[in-house]
Amino acid sequence: MVSKPASHGRPRRRRNPLGAFGALSHLALLVWAILIIGPILWTFLGSFKSNAEIFGDPITLPATYHWDAWGRAFQKAHIGQYMINTVFVVTCSTALTMLLGSMAAYVLARYSFPGNRAIYFLFVSGMTFPVFLALVPLFFVVRNLGLLDTHFGVILVYVAYSLPFTVFFLSAFFKTLPTSVAEAALMDGCSHTRTFFQIMVPMAKPGLVSITIFNILGQWNQYLLPIVLLSGNVEDKWLITQGIANISTNAGYEADWPGLFAALSMAIIPVMIVYIIFQRQIQSGLTSGAVK
Amino acid sequence: MRHGRYRFIFGFLAAPVILYVVFVISPYIQAFYISLTNWKGISANPQFIGLENYTRLLDDEVFWAAVRHHGVLLLVMPLVTIVIALFFSFLLNLSGGQRGGQMRGIWGSKVYRVIFFLPQVLAVAIVGVLFQAIYRPDESGVINGLLGLVGIDPVGWLIAPDLALWSIIGVMVWQAVGFYVVLFSAGMSSIPKDVFEAAELDGANRSTLFFKITLPLLWDTMQVAWVYLGIAAFDAFALVQVLSVDRGGPDNSTTVLPLEIWRTAFNFSKFGYASAMGVVLFFMTITFAALTLRVTRRERIEF
Repeated sequence: MVSKPASHGRPRRRRNPLGAFGALSHLALLVWAILIIGPILWTFLGSFKSNAEIFGDPITLPATYHWDAWGRAFQKAHIGQYMINTVFVVTCSTALTMLLGSMAAYVLARYSFPGNRAIYFLFVSGMTFPVFLALVPLFFVVRNLGLLDTHFGVILVYVAYSLPFTVFFLSAFFKTLPTSVAEAALMDGCSHTRTFFQIMVPMAKPGLVSITIFNILGQWNQYLLPIVLLSGNVEDKWLITQGIANISTNAGYEADWPGLFAALSMAIIPVMIVYIIFQRQIQSGLTSGAVK
Repeated sequence: MRHGRYRFIFGFLAAPVILYVVFVISPYIQAFYISLTNWKGISANPQFIGLENYTRLLDDEVFWAAVRHHGVLLLVMPLVTIVIALFFSFLLNLSGGQRGGQMRGIWGSKVYRVIFFLPQVLAVAIVGVLFQAIYRPDESGVINGLLGLVGIDPVGWLIAPDLALWSIIGVMVWQAVGFYVVLFSAGMSSIPKDVFEAAELDGANRSTLFFKITLPLLWDTMQVAWVYLGIAAFDAFALVQVLSVDRGGPDNSTTVLPLEIWRTAFNFSKFGYASAMGVVLFFMTITFAALTLRVTRRERIEF
């Protein structure tokens, strides 16, 4: 990039950063922002267009705004059903991940007992394995347990595969918390279990929030596990990513582009709203994993 | 008391460990054995065939195409993502000059950060469908529509074998940059302000600030970024499966190992062969991560 050597002459008076460098930087940032927003906005607008408008000229606004494509996507393409399924699965699996993950992490971080390190490394090693290695046996494990094509099976698998990172992150977090409060509670006759739920969990709230966000997004966006574990003839149980991908495969034949765009918008907009409200927490939650 | 303590430990660990061993550890271990069998078809009786699956992989053109694509992804995607993300995070955090002794970001940096990070929260499968519409080969696709306005003929972004993989890399970069902007921003904000102040007083200009000060102090974060992006380059499953023509096409020009594993197992029911590919993928990923951490190891700068 062009840097402006003249600018270092008067470091104290640089009140206005809009030199040639500033203008170019703004241009670069603006172009990238348009590249991000553009496709999403285009999809959103596309959901109001007619097929003819979409194929006529892609860069125009819709002539009239009608919502029937949204109705079609919701009813005929079952986007509403997929959303409900996904909300149900992700709510259960994240809650269970957090419960089991924080319990395991707490015990591994704060109690010494034979086998502690072994169990800890067993969990952490799971972060280094690509899930594709386990794919075939996992399918048969779930099948033999009779959980194939069920939401319960998907939930258990989501929890199991979220545990390594959750345990790794939370046990590091529990280690940073002061020991004195928990010790005082135990002295006063508080049970270990109660100490955990009533004292340690509230103290660990910032860490728990970050990792909850991390798990919600990760599980919401999962695509591989649903297409493997809900691969039978169970369209009514599908999750949102699976459903959207399938509409796009079919769109080629039925050519309901506005319907596809409405379905995409329906999948994107709720996530966008949640993101805009919680953007600070989401950004720190997702990047917290990288700052070890 | 002591007895209660062990009961508590056991009670807290039992459920997560059982769940984890059943669904994660046992499949990983089984995969190594299955890769040594000729298991084909759901109800078939698998037989031990030693390394035959692996020797067959050596002659498998599609397998080598997939490995080559991982090579391209690994060389291009992390580099492009990191360069763009570094550039933007420098602009957003440090290029606004000083005010009150603080390095400032450019005007509007908060809004930019929110927008840039947005693709990160969208599911890869959904991004794939989105870009299918954007890359459409006729003028109804956004890009070709725009090119049409300036009189350029439509380009077959996803249907030209030489171009398809690059179009997919473009989407990966599109989605990843925002995450690394936020990551690098966090790294930059932890650099003490007086380091920049001292450099500015000594007459350092922006490029010196960037190359001589910011970059070396950000080394640890970049190492993490490199490992993350490298691991992403060994995945790419959802995007290629959803976005590419014929799942990995045209003519296998975009296929990747995870896609071949999935297809071999669940479309062709060749479970032994698919597991062998899984084992290869595992060793490739591990080797990459270990090598990166080893090669990029540097003395840590304490501040």
